[in-house]
Amino acid sequence: MVSYMKPAPITKKYFTPGVFVLMLIALNGIAFLLGRLFFGIGAVTHLNNQYPWGIWIGVDVAAGVALAAGGFTTAALGHVMHRSHYHDIVRPALLTALLGYTFVALSVSIDIGRWYYIWHPMIMWNGSSALFEVGICVMIYLTVLYIEFLPIVTERFINHVNLKGIFSFLNKPIERLLMLLDKGLSKVMFVFIIAGVVLSTLHQSSLGTLMVIAGPKMHPLWQTPILPLLFLLSAISVGFPMVIFESMIAARSFGLKPEMEILSRLGSIVPPILGIYLAFKLGDMFIRETFVYLTSFNTQSVMFTIEVLFGVIIPLRMFLSKAVLKSPLWLFIASCLVIFGVLLNRINNFVTAYTPPYSFSSYFPSFGEISVTVGFIALLVLLYRLIVFNFPVISVIDRHYTPRTKYAIRGSEQ
Amino acid sequence: MEKQSRREFFKTTAIVGSAIAGLSSNSTKAAPKNILSEDRMGVLVDTTACIGCRSCEWACKTAHGIETQSLEKYSDRTVFKNMRRPDVNALTVVNEYANHQNAQLPTDVKIQCMHCDHPACVSACIVGAFSKQENGSVIWDTKKCIGCRYCMVACPFQVPSFEYNKAINPEIKKCDFCFERTKVGKLPACVEICPVEALTYGPRNDLIKIARERIKRNPDKYFDYIYGEYEVGGTSWMYIGNQDLRNVAFPKLGDKPAPGVSEAIQHGIFAYFVPPVSLYALLGGIMWITKNRKNSEEE
Repeated sequence: MVSYMKPAPITKKYFTPGVFVLMLIALNGIAFLLGRLFFGIGAVTHLNNQYPWGIWIGVDVAAGVALAAGGFTTAALGHVMHRSHYHDIVRPALLTALLGYTFVALSVSIDIGRWYYIWHPMIMWNGSSALFEVGICVMIYLTVLYIEFLPIVTERFINHVNLKGIFSFLNKPIERLLMLLDKGLSKVMFVFIIAGVVLSTLHQSSLGTLMVIAGPKMHPLWQTPILPLLFLLSAISVGFPMVIFESMIAARSFGLKPEMEILSRLGSIVPPILGIYLAFKLGDMFIRETFVYLTSFNTQSVMFTIEVLFGVIIPLRMFLSKAVLKSPLWLFIASCLVIFGVLLNRINNFVTAYTPPYSFSSYFPSFGEISVTVGFIALLVLLYRLIVFNFPVISVIDRHYTPRTKYAIRGSEQ
Repeated sequence: MEKQSRREFFKTTAIVGSAIAGLSSNSTKAAPKNILSEDRMGVLVDTTACIGCRSCEWACKTAHGIETQSLEKYSDRTVFKNMRRPDVNALTVVNEYANHQNAQLPTDVKIQCMHCDHPACVSACIVGAFSKQENGSVIWDTKKCIGCRYCMVACPFQVPSFEYNKAINPEIKKCDFCFERTKVGKLPACVEICPVEALTYGPRNDLIKIARERIKRNPDKYFDYIYGEYEVGGTSWMYIGNQDLRNVAFPKLGDKPAPGVSEAIQHGIFAYFVPPVSLYALLGGIMWITKNRKNSEEE
């Protein structure tokens, strides 16, 4: 890369027709959310005693956590393995993970009956509960993500603290505090970065352990003791496709050129991970001989086939092709397929596979449930836009950069 | 992050490591109460004796302060047309199933929480709101519950129910084996009212003997199987009947405790925090090596 990239706030108009549409979707979701808060979960959802968990857990929480995996996979690649050429994508991935997990926490809070007791797991422990493990790890990881984001905040405000009027005397102390914070953080940040990766591997896998206890209530196509491994592998394999997906959308939305060089490189890492995931998934199927369930035609067998074929096998073949890696459009499509595959996998595990022996009717999400889920996603996109407009997250070409020879050589190599 | 001396690196890593190690010793104490007493009580349900009068449903509601019709109205047998499940307004229900051996003698089965010896809900509950008491009852603590409904996902008998239509303090409702009554020496409400002694309350070990005895004495009357003796590691409530109840009222379950695999995985991942701490150390090592390599490349 010859041009030099540097993270900077985007300078464009915030409000576009698309933004207004998103706002409407978000408002619709908030309306149903208020319904849930004032009249209870039953008033808004189709959940009942037979189907206690619906899409708020399957999509908002389980898929949300998986799709925010870009944060820890890029952190591992960029910071732990010091692949510095990926630095441009670490910040956007971090922001997505941060917002993703924030909304996961929010979704959990509204799905539980007593949202005001969300803090209970912090002091009431149950070490044998997979959900407890997920809860604690997500809480700590969310904190770690906010700490990892702090340097971006200090970078934005150092030398820019400019309070007006009677508060102007505070400018100097705040400036000094930020400097101190920045210096201190840069010394200990590695602790948090490693912690973030460890916490992620823990709760990504424990999320898979969640449904193991449901035993025979879960369809055998999905119910397996290696669920935690499958969840971890699928989360790692969706990490980079998710980063590619976001980068391309952001580039298009902000009128930047997609950083194809980095993205193609990222894409080339996908096949081995996705391949391992597929191997375990199919291997598990053959060892437990669950392929017999594929011969009967029902919701479960169809959903499983779609998930594996369109979500894993086809994108795996695509990512193996050099032509796909070089073409922005095809790379985007391949990434979308992996994301679709993991999203569907989480929905399947938590909703499709859940077949209790005594039920009066099957579960399908209500309009209210879908509204809240879609509304949250819209809100997330709006917040993402707001933050990248105000903080140095997305890398743009740095006009003021005067390259030093040493780095220029290193840069041009890549 | 850039200027990090080797000593500092180790120092900080060590602090984090010991902090995590410190956590682990606390967590072992934080398990919910889960007692499996030799003398735990149980109930033997002899479904051949049950006449489907549903007095137990009435007694249960009355004992738990749930609004109910008068006892006379319970003689209405049309409710048996549909299968019913326990819910927030009925912690126990009686269902009637056809008996193909003898159409004149349908099988009436009372359903409620089975009070497992190794309860999935106790294992699953995020805050440890469920506990298995010394007398065999599996009870729920409203002070802890956050309403996540994971117990409902976990329960192999699909028993706990949730107050979906309450915005504030919705509760998980299920049979509590009349914990408040048995504590003061009274019988569970349903056992006390049963007019035909279809329900026998007593130490679980004795109940198994009684059940065996009854089946032995009347091999024509009973199907030779005690449901609940071994199901998911054994349950406090056990059933005998004129047909195989696994075909009608109850799910076919293995004899391994329901939380088994899940707990094994969970404890495997967190074996004294060794795996997470090792992973932390490994990543720290990789980070340090790649950083040094990068630095030497640049020099």
